[in-house]
Amino acid sequence: MIVSDLQVLPPHNLHDIIREDRLPHILCPGCGIGIVIGAIARAIKELNLDLSKIVIVSGIGCSGRASMYFKTDAFHTTHGRALPLATAIKIARPELKVIVIAGDGDLFAIGGNHFIHAARRNINLTVICINNFNYGMTGGQEGPTTPIKSLTSTSPYGSMEHPFNLVALAASAGATYVARWTVAHVNLLTKSIKRAIQKKGLSFIDVLSPCPTYYGRYNRIGTTLDIMNMYLKLSRVKSGIPPQDAILDLHKEIIVGEFVDVEKPEFSELLHKFVDAQSNKLNLDK
Amino acid sequence: MASAILSGKFFAQGNFAITEGAIIAGCRFFGGYPITPASEITERMSFRLPQVGGFFIQFEDEIASIMAVIGASYAGLKAMTATSGPGFSLMQESIGLAYMTEAPIVIVNVMRGGPSTGLPTAPSQADVMQVRWGTHGDHEIIALAPNSVQEMFNLTIEAFNYAEKYRIPTVLLADEILGHLREKLIIPPYHEIEKRIVNRKKPKVPPEEYLPFKPDPDDLVPPMANFGDGYRYYVTGLSHDERGYIVSDLESHGKLVKRLADKIKKNRKKIVRFEQSFIDDARIIVVSYGSESRSVYTAVQKARSKGIKVGLFRPITIWPFPDSELQKVSQDAKVVIVPEMNNVQLGLEVQRVVDTKVHFLPNPTGFIHAPEVIYKIITKVNDSV
Repeated sequence: MIVSDLQVLPPHNLHDIIREDRLPHILCPGCGIGIVIGAIARAIKELNLDLSKIVIVSGIGCSGRASMYFKTDAFHTTHGRALPLATAIKIARPELKVIVIAGDGDLFAIGGNHFIHAARRNINLTVICINNFNYGMTGGQEGPTTPIKSLTSTSPYGSMEHPFNLVALAASAGATYVARWTVAHVNLLTKSIKRAIQKKGLSFIDVLSPCPTYYGRYNRIGTTLDIMNMYLKLSRVKSGIPPQDAILDLHKEIIVGEFVDVEKPEFSELLHKFVDAQSNKLNLDK
Repeated sequence: MASAILSGKFFAQGNFAITEGAIIAGCRFFGGYPITPASEITERMSFRLPQVGGFFIQFEDEIASIMAVIGASYAGLKAMTATSGPGFSLMQESIGLAYMTEAPIVIVNVMRGGPSTGLPTAPSQADVMQVRWGTHGDHEIIALAPNSVQEMFNLTIEAFNYAEKYRIPTVLLADEILGHLREKLIIPPYHEIEKRIVNRKKPKVPPEEYLPFKPDPDDLVPPMANFGDGYRYYVTGLSHDERGYIVSDLESHGKLVKRLADKIKKNRKKIVRFEQSFIDDARIIVVSYGSESRSVYTAVQKARSKGIKVGLFRPITIWPFPDSELQKVSQDAKVVIVPEMNNVQLGLEVQRVVDTKVHFLPNPTGFIHAPEVIYKIITKVNDSV
């Protein structure tokens, strides 16, 4: 191939959504976060959304870096605090689509309180949890979704704590759309993200994603290819089953699918209608 | 909207004055969490904001409250939260984020007795150093200390002005006495205040040329685009360059940290506020701020009537501290007395600044110094100089 051949290559089909000047990315070889970024970008493209009307808010950690790659307004917040910041953006500018991307530790350990309350309010946010069973950025420590008996850098004898089932947690906290996929289900994941973005209410997707550098290595699961094969082998699509039955057991099965899709009054709409009525009333009194 | 904005003469509580000051300044978002002695602010904002087309959310904690305030600010609304010591401690990490991302926000801290849960219903001035250094890393802050219900109103407006002008978290540092004190409050008609209200600079360039963290050379403050206005930019608490992109080289980090500090240091003269009484020929200067300064004023007045050459220097901006101003007026003084409702905090800053002897008068009991106590100290000091 000669240089002039390279120059006529067409741009990547997501070049209008992804900040190419931020590439190459910082993620480890085999990391699943790039697949999730790609799925979100494709969902945005397929929905034909105005990029000026999207805000991506992220937490801290490997997943927290995801917001940097989108040519939208984006806010890389502090650890665990993406949701309250995103909530206020949605309230201040309800016409914006606000997508939150964060890791399992960010959303469910340090930020767990914010998650349950955002779900309780049913604020119109799309929350995508990139769940890799450990804290990757800091060196593979145990987290709130680490399966029991797993080896991590802070559970060198095996984890003794029970993990959260994020699907059941999100459903019981009040999320109106709840799904789980793995990065091996990229088309189903993309479709699900599209539904989540269009859903009026708090939508939550638990995305299982390999961390070959730490979780995969410490637990002798192997490379990303091995982890992806494990996902495909263990996964059963069982959409519509009760969220508490959406088992996630790396020794048995991983239930994926859509588990909650219900209608409930949405917080930003309720608040805006109320504020409009209140402020109009006073103006009429004048 | 003007019909929902109050004006006139009120017999009002300090916390009430803060809410009306905020609304007049243009605050249209409040995120808060109940805490004594600041709850009245949160309660009243829940009542008042909907009337002026603003949004109130009671959050799950103070961390969520301040993060929401940062988010609302970036989405274009003037935003505020209010708390007291324990909640202010929880907010510290996010204050750092607001500083690093240059989010214009206002935080009210109605100080109560600490440490820990301490004395929720008693006043203190024990957060003076926490305001300055509470969040980690090198940083500046603007903190205003009112001493009356009227100043609670006036300085809330000024806090928003500073926040918007310099894109920095600005703290209104009140205390329990002022929060719950009821006295006369005059709210001028909106059109008189309107011209004093400062709004953030907007970018003058199209989105493709916008560098979100490129400062204007005159004031070192970058113009701020609202999220959703098509500028499509990235904001991070990590060290970043003018594009807002993460950088990890030491030179860029140093450049950013220096510029953020210079933004306040080089505009210091425009920011610093203080008040002085009977200062010209004073041999003794009492430095006092907040509600404590009212007690001091009474004592100083009484001492003056007895012929004692004593003056009062009252910092209104606690941070930046009016250091060169205090140094100048204290050059001919023999002693500087610093009474505080804490175990000596701002006194050390005074000691750093003045060349004369400093007499500390700490009071961490949860009571304000009575004027007679301060008067006695003044006479005693006067006898010895």
